[in-house]
Amino acid sequence: MKSVRIGCGAGYSGDRIDAAVELAKKGSLQYLVFECLAERTIALAQKVRLADPNAGFDPLLEERMEAVLPICAANRTRIITNMGAANPLAAAMRTREIARRLGLRGLRIAAITGDDVLAAMRAGQVAIESLDGEMPDPGAWVSANAYLGVGPLVEALEGGADIVITGRVADPALFLAAMIHEFWWRLDDWDALGQGTVIGHLLECAGQLTGGYFADPGYKDVPGLAHLGFPIAEVSEDGSALFGKVEGSGGVLNRATCTEQLLYEIQDPAAYFTPDVVADFSQVTMEEAGPDRVRVRGGRGRVRPETLKVSVGYRDGFIGEGQISYAGPNALRRAELARDVLAQRLGGTGISELRFDFIGVNSIHGSQLSGPAPEPYEVRLRAVGRASSQRAASSISREVEALYTNGPAGGGGCTGSTREVIAIHSVLIPREAVTCHVHYEEC
Amino acid sequence: MRLIEIAHARAGDKGNIVTLSVIAYRRADFGLIAQQVTAERVAEHFGEILDGPVLRYEVPQLSALNFVLRRKREYSVTRSLMLDAHGKCLSSALLAMELDEWSDAAR
Repeated sequence: MKSVRIGCGAGYSGDRIDAAVELAKKGSLQYLVFECLAERTIALAQKVRLADPNAGFDPLLEERMEAVLPICAANRTRIITNMGAANPLAAAMRTREIARRLGLRGLRIAAITGDDVLAAMRAGQVAIESLDGEMPDPGAWVSANAYLGVGPLVEALEGGADIVITGRVADPALFLAAMIHEFWWRLDDWDALGQGTVIGHLLECAGQLTGGYFADPGYKDVPGLAHLGFPIAEVSEDGSALFGKVEGSGGVLNRATCTEQLLYEIQDPAAYFTPDVVADFSQVTMEEAGPDRVRVRGGRGRVRPETLKVSVGYRDGFIGEGQISYAGPNALRRAELARDVLAQRLGGTGISELRFDFIGVNSIHGSQLSGPAPEPYEVRLRAVGRASSQRAASSISREVEALYTNGPAGGGGCTGSTREVIAIHSVLIPREAVTCHVHYEEC
Repeated sequence: MRLIEIAHARAGDKGNIVTLSVIAYRRADFGLIAQQVTAERVAEHFGEILDGPVLRYEVPQLSALNFVLRRKREYSVTRSLMLDAHGKCLSSALLAMELDEWSDAAR
């Protein structure tokens, strides 16, 4: 039976490039996928693009492509990635420049556009169904990107692309497109697309399948976590997949790691909505086929939704933060005094929400789960608040710093920051409202 | 006995939704976990930060439960002022839950 080997070389924008290089070299891959877009990444990239029309793609695109392109070109491994972020065309042009600089020739680079629906939504041309209640004010919108399905990716692969660069697409579609292209699965073979979505979902966070986000010493030990290897799926034409990781790399891949990742960010396992299929993970089975080898079967699917999800990024005020430490006898009481002083000084400065944490005491889960603590040797006070203006938000770090000379005894190690908040509002739009294009660059 | 002795967990997030998987290390323990780690108990465990009921899904052939929690708006990823805005540390908080030993009902 025909099969294809697909690896995942990044599970988020800042992921480890050395592990991707190892995967490209030793994975015997036909496809190497880089998944680099978290929910808010594209909104932040859109802000960058507004300042520079040639920017707005993944900040590590250049470094990542320089590292893997020569290997992938030599091994005839095709690359599929959403590193295009807010500007896939510029990302494709930059990739062509890099390939030329590296002396590579005969590469076809596809850029996929159409996910950016901000202009159409602003113009009121699209029927919008909000998933999160009241819509934010259109004046605050900075981005609106639809989650595309496999359509334009399969078109690009059939058009001979060696490298496919997208903006927002559903993460599993980056992998599913390769399977559809190789096996000629029909776009209404819902069970095949459902199982392909299981495979894509398992791969899309890279190291999270092979022992990353997993180790808990004494309970779940992971050998060689420092050189965690990235995952590979050998997918057969019937959809069953044998998962493994790079030979000789660190990490572990077993039923436990695969089950954690199968359910990661999933709500109802029987109804995982994607643009291509409503996937059903509830009957999936996993069988350990040797050390670091797991066979996965049983994903199913139902007819795809009529709508596409759109993430609308919008400006949502500013968050200011400051921290200061107290140590030695009475540290917690001095930190509490500093908190009370800050609460008074920051009153009436335009801060709408203010929160205080005592790091080392209650900063992660509040009072209910943290429980009462004996007096700690050291306490770090964290003050954080929200404001509609940058100026008001920055008063928090200024007031925390002022505690040096205007607060309790022995405060040290102040830090502070102020940042603009880009929030996400999810909506549905009709599938017909989105038109995709595939552009090619040659080198 | 704490849940961590017989199960592992992973937290995920989408907006103000947190998902938590709970997976038995040994199939034999899945019945006990399914009996005791109910949606109601999880809701009680995280009461302070939740808005609305907890949903529970079962995937028995993988010895797994999957919980869907809705956080209060001030705890959603982009609005949260918490150090762990995503809620990634919540999986370990769930594993601190105390369980009773086998009861007859779960056998």
